[in-house]
Amino acid sequence: MQASLPLLVAIPLGIAFTIVIVAHVRGLKALAGALATLAVIANLILSLYLLGSDEALSLYIGRWGPSGARTLGIELVCDGLTTLMLIVINMVALVSIVFAGPYMKRFTKTWLFYSLFLLMTGAMCAVVLAGDLFNLFVFLEVAAISSYALVGFGCESEELEAAFKYLILGTVGSGFILLGVTLLYAMTGHLNMARVAEVLPSAGLTSPAVLLAAAALLGGLALKAAMVPFHAWLPDAHPSAPAPISAMLSGVLIKAAGVYVLARLVFNVLGPVPEYATVLMVLGAASMVIGVFLAVGQWDFKRLLAYHSISQMGYVVLALGVAAEILATGGSTAVAGLCLFGGLFHLFNHAAFKSLLFLSSGSIEHQTGTRLLKEMGGLSKRMKVTSFCTRVGALSIAGIPPFNGFVSKLFIIVGLTMAGHPILATLAVLVALMTLLSFIKVQRYALEGEPGEKIEGVREAPVLMCVGLLLLAGVCMTAGLATGTIKKHVFDPARNALMKPTVSSTEGVSE
Amino acid sequence: MGVAIYLLTFALILLGLYTIVAKKNLVKIIIGVLIIEYAVNMLLVLVGWRRGGSAPIQAGESAQTFAAGAVDPLPQAMVLTSIVIGLGLVALMVVMAIRLYEKYGTFDTDKIRKLRG
Amino acid sequence: MMKKTGMTLIVKNVAKLVTAFIAVFGIYIALTGHLAPGGGFAGGVILAAAAVLMVLAFGSGASRKLVKESQCHTWDAAGALGFLAIALCGYIGGSFFLNFLAPGDAGTLVSGGWIPLSNLAILVKVGAGLAGVFLALSAFRLSRSEE
Repeated sequence: MQASLPLLVAIPLGIAFTIVIVAHVRGLKALAGALATLAVIANLILSLYLLGSDEALSLYIGRWGPSGARTLGIELVCDGLTTLMLIVINMVALVSIVFAGPYMKRFTKTWLFYSLFLLMTGAMCAVVLAGDLFNLFVFLEVAAISSYALVGFGCESEELEAAFKYLILGTVGSGFILLGVTLLYAMTGHLNMARVAEVLPSAGLTSPAVLLAAAALLGGLALKAAMVPFHAWLPDAHPSAPAPISAMLSGVLIKAAGVYVLARLVFNVLGPVPEYATVLMVLGAASMVIGVFLAVGQWDFKRLLAYHSISQMGYVVLALGVAAEILATGGSTAVAGLCLFGGLFHLFNHAAFKSLLFLSSGSIEHQTGTRLLKEMGGLSKRMKVTSFCTRVGALSIAGIPPFNGFVSKLFIIVGLTMAGHPILATLAVLVALMTLLSFIKVQRYALEGEPGEKIEGVREAPVLMCVGLLLLAGVCMTAGLATGTIKKHVFDPARNALMKPTVSSTEGVSE
Repeated sequence: MGVAIYLLTFALILLGLYTIVAKKNLVKIIIGVLIIEYAVNMLLVLVGWRRGGSAPIQAGESAQTFAAGAVDPLPQAMVLTSIVIGLGLVALMVVMAIRLYEKYGTFDTDKIRKLRG
Repeated sequence: MMKKTGMTLIVKNVAKLVTAFIAVFGIYIALTGHLAPGGGFAGGVILAAAAVLMVLAFGSGASRKLVKESQCHTWDAAGALGFLAIALCGYIGGSFFLNFLAPGDAGTLVSGGWIPLSNLAILVKVGAGLAGVFLALSAFRLSRSEE
C-alpha cells in the first residue's frame, strides 16, 4: 500500500501532460475530458483504498532513508488527516470535472482547462502527502500557479483583474512561507517535518528566531486560507472564476493549501504553544464575524458565497485554535478532541456544501445568464433539480438539523463552551444566525417568487451538471445522518494524527 | 560584516512590500514582487554559508574532506527550485499585465477597478 | 507597413551563424549537469535563448515558419512525460523514483544512474516551455494588428 502513495500525484500529473499532447494530435481533442475524468476517478478509488490502513504510512522517495544525523530524502506521509484531505480533494475534483463537461463548452481551449485542473489536483494531493517542508512549499506553489491561471481562464476584463490581484497577493504569501521555511532550516538544520519537531524544542519553542519563523509561516498561510486581515483577494477571485473552478478554489484549495498546512504546522511541527493558539483563535474569530457581516449585504450570488467561505473557514480555524490552546495549557484531551473533531468535520462539510452551492450558482448562470439575486426568481418551478440542490446546500450551510452543517456547528459550539470560552461560543451562534438570514434571502430571491423579465423561458441544466449537483447533495444529506460511522472510520484517525506530537515515526527505512 | 548582509535581505523584503503597496503602475508592482522573491532566495543561499568554505563541487577529493570544507549544498538546490518557480510566476504576471493593457488601455491600477473592493 | 521585418542584415547573418553554437552549448551544459554547475534547467534556458534570438533577429512573423507554438507545447509535454517515465521506471528496481541504473565511476560522463537522462528530459521541457512563453508574448502585437 505504501508503494502506491506516489501514484496519487503521478497519475494526475501524467495525464495532465498527456492531455496536452493528445490535444495537438488531430482528431483526438474530445478525449481530453474523458482522460481527465478517468484520472480523478483513479485518484478517488486510491484514496478510498487508503482508508483501509490502520496506521500511518511513510515512504521515502528513491529509498533515500534517514542515515545518521541527517534525513536527506523526500518523505511521503499518509496518516489519518492526510486520508481525510485526500478524500475531500478527490471527491470535489470528481464532481467539478463532471460538471465542467457541459459548462466549459462556452470557452475555447478546453484541453488547457483540463490540463491545468489536473495539475492543481495532483499538486494538492502532493501537499497533503508531503512529509518535509520544502516539498510542501513547491507543490503549494504548483497548485497556486495553476489556480491563478484558471481564475483568469475566460480572459474577460473582470476575470483578469481578479486573477492579477490574486496572483500578486498569493505570491507575497508564498514568499513569506518560503521565508519561514528558510528560518526553520537555519535553526534546526532539517527540512523533514518529524525531524524539525524533534529538534525544535532544543532551539527554544518560543525563542525570538522561532517566533519570527512562525510569524512568517502563519502570515503566509493565513493569506492562503483567506483569514480576515489577508482576505482581500477572495471576494474578487472566487466569483470571477468559472463555476467548477470556484467550487475547487472555495471547496478545496483554501483548505488543502491553507487550513491543512496551518493545522499540520501548528500541531505537529511548531508545537501547540499558547502564542500560536491565540493567533489562530483571533484570526478565526475575526474571519467568522467580519466574513458574515460583509456577506449579508451582497446581491451577487457568487460574491455572497465567497464571503461566506471566509466566515466558515473562520469557524474551522477557531476550533483548531481552541484545541491548540487546550493542548498547550495541558487541559482535558477529551475537550480538545471534541473541538478538533468539530473543526475537521466542518472542513469536510464546508467542502461538500460550498462546492454544491458554487456549482448550482454556475448551473443557474449557465441557464439564465445572470448572477444577481434580484434578477432571478421563481427558479423552483423552472429548474427543479438545481433548485432542490440549492435548497439542500443553503440548509446545510445555515445549520438546519438533519443536514451536516448542523452537526459540525453544534460540535464546535459545544466544544467552545466546554473549553471555557462562552463569549466565542455566543459569537459562533450569532454568526450561524446571520448565515441563516443571508441564505433565507438567497432562497427568497432566487428560488421563490415570480421570475424576472430576463429569465422567462429558462429550462433545466444539462444532465451531467445535474448529476454532479445531485452527488454532492447526497453527500450533504448522508454526512449529517451517518455521522457516527463516518466519525469512527475517518475523523478519529485524523484527530489522533493531530494530537500526536510528531508527524511520523522515522525508525528505519520504510519502503 | 556578519549580520549586516542578513539584515540587507530583510530590508529588501520590506522594500519589495513597499513597492507592491505604494506604486500604481502594474509593471512596478510586478518588479516589487520580483524583489521579494529574490531577497528570500538570497537569504536561503546565505543560510548555508560556512566560514572559509569552498563551493560544493567535488573535484576529485575524498568525500570526507569535501563534506568538511564545502558550504551547505542543500540551500543551493532549494534556491534552484525557487528560481524556477519565480520564473513561472513572472511569465504569468507579465502575460496578465499585457492582457489587462489590451482590455483596459492602461497600466494604472486606479483605472483598473471594475470590481468593487 | 514595413516590407522587411526583423533587424538589419548584419544581425540576421550573425544570428544565422551563432544560433547553432548557442544551442549546442545549452545541450552541453545540460548533459554535464551531474559533474559541473548547470544541469537541465540552465541548459534549457540557454536553448530557449537560441530560439529567442531567432525570433528577435528575423521578426515574429517570419520565424513562425520555423518554430510554431503548438510544437513547443507538444515538446514541453513530451519532456515532462519523459521525466515521469523515468520516475515510474524506478518501480522496476523496487520503488518510485529509485535510481536503478548503475552508478558508474564518479567524475565520468556516464555516471550517476539516470541523472543525465533526467537532465535531458528537463532540457527539452524547459527549452520548449520558455520558447513557447516567448512566442506567446510576441504574438500579442500580431493579434492586435489582426483585430
